[in-house]
Amino acid sequence: MIVNDIRPLLAPMISILCAVLIFWRGGNAFLRRSFSISAAIVKWVVVFSMLQGSLAGKIYVTELIPFVPGISFLLRVDGLGMFFGMVSSTLWIITTVYAIGYMEGEHARKRFFAFFALCVSTTVGIAFAGNLFTLFVFYEMLTVCTYPLVIHEETPEAMRAGRKYLVYTLTGGSLILFSTALTFYLADTVTFAEPGILSISNGVGLLAAMFAMFMLGFGVKAAIMPLHGWLPSAMVAPTPVSALLHAVAVVKAGVFGITRIIYNIFGVSTLKDMALEGMDVASVLMWAALITIICASLMALMQDGLKKRLAYSTVSQLSYIVLGVSLLTPDGALGGIVHIANQAFMKITMFFVAGAIYKKTHKKNISEMHGIGHKMPLTMATFTIASLGMMGLPPTAGFISKWYLCLGALDAGKMVVVVILLLSSFLNAAYFLPIVYRAYFMKPQDGNLKTDEAHWTLLVPCVICALYVIALGLFADLPFVPLALARGAVTGFFGL
Amino acid sequence: MAEFAHHCPVLMVITFLAGAVLTPIVSKSKKKFSFWWAFFVSLLALLFSSCAVWSLYTKGPISYWLGGWEPPYGIEIYFDYISSITFLMTVLGALIILYSKKYIEHDIKEEKLPVYYTLVLLLLCGMVGFSITGDMFNLYVFLEILSLSGYALIAITEEKLTAMASFKYLVMGAVSSMCVLAGVALLYNVTGTLNMSDMALRLQQFEPIATSYMALCLFVVGFCVKAAMFPVHVWLPDAHALAPSPVSALLSGLVIKVGIVGLLRVIYGIYRLGGAIDFTTVTNFMGWLAAITVLVGAFFAFFQDDIKMIFAYSSISNIGYIIMGISLISFTQPERGYLGMVGGLIHIFNHAIIKSTLFLCAGAIIYKTGFRKLSDLRGIGKKMPITCGALTIAALSIAGIPPTAGFICKWFIVLGAIEFGRGIWAAALLIGAIFVFAYYIKIVNAIFFREPAEPILEVDEAPLSMLIPIVILAISCLVFGVFAYLPLAVIKPAAATILGLPPTYIPPGG
Repeated sequence: MIVNDIRPLLAPMISILCAVLIFWRGGNAFLRRSFSISAAIVKWVVVFSMLQGSLAGKIYVTELIPFVPGISFLLRVDGLGMFFGMVSSTLWIITTVYAIGYMEGEHARKRFFAFFALCVSTTVGIAFAGNLFTLFVFYEMLTVCTYPLVIHEETPEAMRAGRKYLVYTLTGGSLILFSTALTFYLADTVTFAEPGILSISNGVGLLAAMFAMFMLGFGVKAAIMPLHGWLPSAMVAPTPVSALLHAVAVVKAGVFGITRIIYNIFGVSTLKDMALEGMDVASVLMWAALITIICASLMALMQDGLKKRLAYSTVSQLSYIVLGVSLLTPDGALGGIVHIANQAFMKITMFFVAGAIYKKTHKKNISEMHGIGHKMPLTMATFTIASLGMMGLPPTAGFISKWYLCLGALDAGKMVVVVILLLSSFLNAAYFLPIVYRAYFMKPQDGNLKTDEAHWTLLVPCVICALYVIALGLFADLPFVPLALARGAVTGFFGL
Repeated sequence: MAEFAHHCPVLMVITFLAGAVLTPIVSKSKKKFSFWWAFFVSLLALLFSSCAVWSLYTKGPISYWLGGWEPPYGIEIYFDYISSITFLMTVLGALIILYSKKYIEHDIKEEKLPVYYTLVLLLLCGMVGFSITGDMFNLYVFLEILSLSGYALIAITEEKLTAMASFKYLVMGAVSSMCVLAGVALLYNVTGTLNMSDMALRLQQFEPIATSYMALCLFVVGFCVKAAMFPVHVWLPDAHALAPSPVSALLSGLVIKVGIVGLLRVIYGIYRLGGAIDFTTVTNFMGWLAAITVLVGAFFAFFQDDIKMIFAYSSISNIGYIIMGISLISFTQPERGYLGMVGGLIHIFNHAIIKSTLFLCAGAIIYKTGFRKLSDLRGIGKKMPITCGALTIAALSIAGIPPTAGFICKWFIVLGAIEFGRGIWAAALLIGAIFVFAYYIKIVNAIFFREPAEPILEVDEAPLSMLIPIVILAISCLVFGVFAYLPLAVIKPAAATILGLPPTYIPPGG
């Protein structure tokens, strides 16, 4: 059921308004904080108010003026969009609290918070985009808005990372634009539909080329190897940026785009038809994801910088999602989509911890973190929970994703996927558990065992996210949690 | 009112011409008065052009017979959809004259102020006249008026380098004018008339002969030099970068577009209408060259340190966009070229706005600091936030980042190229766009994210008479991106009529 509503537009507009207010009066710390926090809460309420309807199968639509002929600026909240929108607006609140604490005493805070709000705005725009064109518009805006955050430190290293980021993402953006134009030419529309708008009659070779370009385009932000190069470098950004943008907004925009392309532009049946014609592009994507999962985990093993290790872990985990959606089975898609939320909560906890440790002790490298668990027990406890989640142990969120991914792989008859998922769990254990071991079971270098936690604005977000990680695992089958929403989206994609 | 609107096109030309001639007289005793006079003249012309455009879109094209002599014997002024570019010319003209007030007082001696404003008005007179005339020889005359005043304006600061740049432009410009003149002569030889629509009619009656082909080629070469397409672009970077900034804005925003208008007039107004000659070989060739132009312009821009030099090279790249858009034409199925044509035309409009913004911002920065190299301008964004904010918006726009104006053009041209089966052109355009963004990000980095050097710290924001045009233009860059249907409402009928389709033509699927 389609309902015309203003709320899909309202959600991104709130953050834009917030950004404008911060640019205007953000010099004042109190005003800046109030704007950020209240905008985050109001936005969450707006998104949440649509949740009930969305679960019941309603689709909220705001159609604005035609942007170019035949294509209007369309916002449309369906199951998948709601899912992503809900995740990012929830995490925005938590990250804002964290960022206020973390950025204390840093330079250019006005710019930082304004662009932070803009990024969230464009992320929700991506979630709610109703056609490929609107998605592209927000996708490019996200690239531009994250740039000042990536280079926030303004050091030569940060500038280099920023340049790398732009080269990767803008090249990807051009490929997306090119194939969007091709889609419009073939289908005379770019509005997302279930199941897809392209059909096999458009020519298998052309479709395969388009699919490849779309995947290369979105794959940059989704950090599919070998397009991942920008992500580890971008870790020079302040930790809240790494947390929200490189665990949630930017990278998830990439995988979200891939999901949209597979299920709303091509459609399951078209991809299966293409496979029958000898162009099994979904399998190619699946293999790329599998290779990324393993390679990125191996790279993560070799990193000593905590944030660098987390970055490679992100690269690996993102490919779980890509893997899930490329299996083309309902369970696989469910596992992939729900991992968007699960990975977000787990990874953001870890980034928060990394930031808290850095703020408190100025340590960036794992090799320096002997006995940090004695000093910051609660912080490291949350890290441990998130690590267990990454490995996929029940009752954490990670288990749910892995379970459905394995089911999906078995449905598709691909044993190799299950094997690689298990192997990846081992690798996850191999690069996260040593950190936990070092923190708790090794003595600090200075022999000081006194508890000295980070400021509450840094600690509380860690704890909340860690609790979420457990809650998402324990209560996965209740309504109102991400799994139910993801299930709704999958039902639509497969016409169940 | 209708009667008045009928006279408006010619009144525009007369206003500018009379204004130009009278400038030295009215400002004889008080040199600075010449600004107010020129500003008044440009506003008056803006009024006439609005009336003319309004009448065009309510009642259709205006055909005006000079002196009441019936064409093809008399000279005809024909104000059609292509001519609506005069509105853009008058608006930008007024804004740039307003901007010149402070800038040019700073750059040239006070007794030369009337000369400057005379030349600017003459330049505008030439451009407006060129766009509305329906007579081939008249076209040539106006082309010379605008070219000559352009050469003089570049050299007005009397520096050695500008004189060199102006001379280089003059040599190439003179050759191109000769090409156009020779083309006019050859067509006159074939058809025995100078009136454009009459020429088109008569061309139909003849078998295609080598002379007509020759004339077409001469026109294309001539106008492509004026438009600065690769490989005849070499005059542009020096001329546009070294001229005073308001002049650069005029040259890059409008004067190079005159070459495009000329191409549209000749290829679509005469040869397509004439229908006797299959010109697709030529347009195809133009399209390939345009694809190279896009890449070459973007590539060289990347290595510049002087901000105005960057903008100048980016103009070359953008001219490539436009020519690519208008070259997507099929002789037998005009509707196939529709999207490309829309893209090309809308980029004429948007690029004029964007590039003027860029040059005016650069001018404001140079006016305040005296520096023009990126390496000297570090951190200027903290001292001149409005100017640099506008510069950033325009930079995003020219790189075609949505939702700014530049994106609309990119979308249409890419779509047009794909529909036409020229995926490679679309690819060239997108690769060029990445380069464009790469060098604009260099600028944004330098002005916002670097620590200011010593001399920059003492700078403050530009004067109001410079900020007003800058802000208006920067806002337009955003507005015409988000509300793209505003310019499109004007441009779609223009594109359709150029291709010989009904003005209300709607492409399939849209």
